[in-house]
Amino acid sequence: MSSAPAAAGRATETVRVKDSHYDAVIIGAGMSGLAAGIRLAHFGRKVCILERHNAPGGLNSFYSLGGRRYDVGLHAMTNYVPPGVKGTPLGKLLRQLRIDRDEFALRPQRQSRIAFPDCALRFTNDFAVLDGEVASRFPAQADGWRRLVQAVRAFDDVALDARPESARAVVARYLDDPLLTDMIFCPVMYYGSAQERDMDFAQFVIMFKALYLEGFARPLEGVRVIIRVLLDKFRQAGGERRMKCGVARIVADGGRAARLVLDDGTEITADHVLSSIGRPETLRLCEPASAATDAGTPGELSFIETISVFNRQPAEWGWGEDTIVFFNDQPRFEYARAEGPVDVRSGVICLPNNFDFGDERLPEGIFRVTCLANYARWANLPEEEYRAEKRRWFEAAVRSARRFLPPVDDATLAAAQVATDMFTPRTIRKFTGHLNGAIYGAPHKVRDGRTHLANLYLCGTDQGFLGIVGAMLSGISMANYHVLQGKGG
Amino acid sequence: MTKEDCKKLVIDIIADIAPDEDLSAIKPDVRLRDQLQLDSMDFLDIVMELRKRHNIEVPEADYMHLASLESCAEYLTPKFQAKA
Repeated sequence: MSSAPAAAGRATETVRVKDSHYDAVIIGAGMSGLAAGIRLAHFGRKVCILERHNAPGGLNSFYSLGGRRYDVGLHAMTNYVPPGVKGTPLGKLLRQLRIDRDEFALRPQRQSRIAFPDCALRFTNDFAVLDGEVASRFPAQADGWRRLVQAVRAFDDVALDARPESARAVVARYLDDPLLTDMIFCPVMYYGSAQERDMDFAQFVIMFKALYLEGFARPLEGVRVIIRVLLDKFRQAGGERRMKCGVARIVADGGRAARLVLDDGTEITADHVLSSIGRPETLRLCEPASAATDAGTPGELSFIETISVFNRQPAEWGWGEDTIVFFNDQPRFEYARAEGPVDVRSGVICLPNNFDFGDERLPEGIFRVTCLANYARWANLPEEEYRAEKRRWFEAAVRSARRFLPPVDDATLAAAQVATDMFTPRTIRKFTGHLNGAIYGAPHKVRDGRTHLANLYLCGTDQGFLGIVGAMLSGISMANYHVLQGKGG
Repeated sequence: MTKEDCKKLVIDIIADIAPDEDLSAIKPDVRLRDQLQLDSMDFLDIVMELRKRHNIEVPEADYMHLASLESCAEYLTPKFQAKA
């Protein structure tokens, strides 16, 4: 409880800055920022989301090019469970944001595949399929596998105080076949690990559940549907959003974020500040920098993604079964920063046409390939060289990925191809602000979201709930914990 | 405000928080957690909605009083009456 003089002082201050003072300011209009904003606005807080770009969505966004609409980021929404299944992250997030599940119009995947040399494991939204595949390909591992699944199911992955533990070390207690271990890790890492070669077991559990025990889905029209729903909820709840409005500095005073200086020089104040832009990225905005806090090590893992658009459906040449394929051509799978500009030895194929859209279908065929890349090798290329490298690695990534799909001759694909696009680590840096173009942020996650400033918290990527459902839950959890439950400063 | 009115208001809130739950046959004396899929996030929302809609404050130390519909009514009805 405030003493009377302190309360009076605060009231005076509120009056002085009333036009630009908020109960909460959220930096970044990505999935986590929007979700946090909806929670706070719904419960009557005066909240403003500041977004440096003109498009919302952050890492998961969409754009138009040459009259075509593209998605970026989202291959599939993870954590999909059919209607009626309760107590999973998707259900929690729908409830917390007061979203009717029909609003997301999710359509389930057909099947996905983990394709390694001489071995493949299929998985679908029915866990029994993967379970059966593991039992038949790796009979000697069946018992360990069953115990691993039990351990994953029993683990409290959303605890805010979990101690970090090596997922490789934990999984090794259950599985001793390196091929099976690598195959299970491959999708889990590609869809969320900010750490090279290993990950925190809590993060492994989040992704294992999200991918294998739950599953993949997407709306026919892609990620824009989800973002549109979030924007509508936020607006209806009375939230304010300022686009093309980045935060240049967070000015600290007395251990608190006292005010925010925007890119255009204007200043605003807030009782609470939630930052979704990443831990090192957030700490770099703070001045003075805290001597007690390290600046945070940025992540190293970046990616390229190619997009090929065809005027035919991929099913016409036999690519109609797989929704997502995680491939690797090496004896051991290595999830690490590429040494060259791109590492095409492994990657992820996404064929968005192969969700079960019922009677509907996407108007064009789309084929996306994602591979690990090296930010430094792209960052400073002169424009002409950058374009040449993009062409070169586009070709290499597509060729590598095609080895894991039914064969189609080059001429057939070339004749059907009507457009291409590609993002590189440089694109990611530009649109998300993540240092090193690190999609999944810094390797060190801060579960309780706290920073060195009492009223500044992290949400999103560097808080550490993964995937887009995880990102939204991160925003929800941090808004609940620090602001609505009053655990913050 | 009777205890029955109070129970209705609580059910209205749960219906909005958890539209996927069947609330037609809730047993008033059984813990809500034991008959519905409600987790701590949902209970936080019951508290938040009580404040938002009815200006009723439930301090964290009193959350246990929201365990069942009956205990909700027992605890909340005097608070509603104090407002009237």
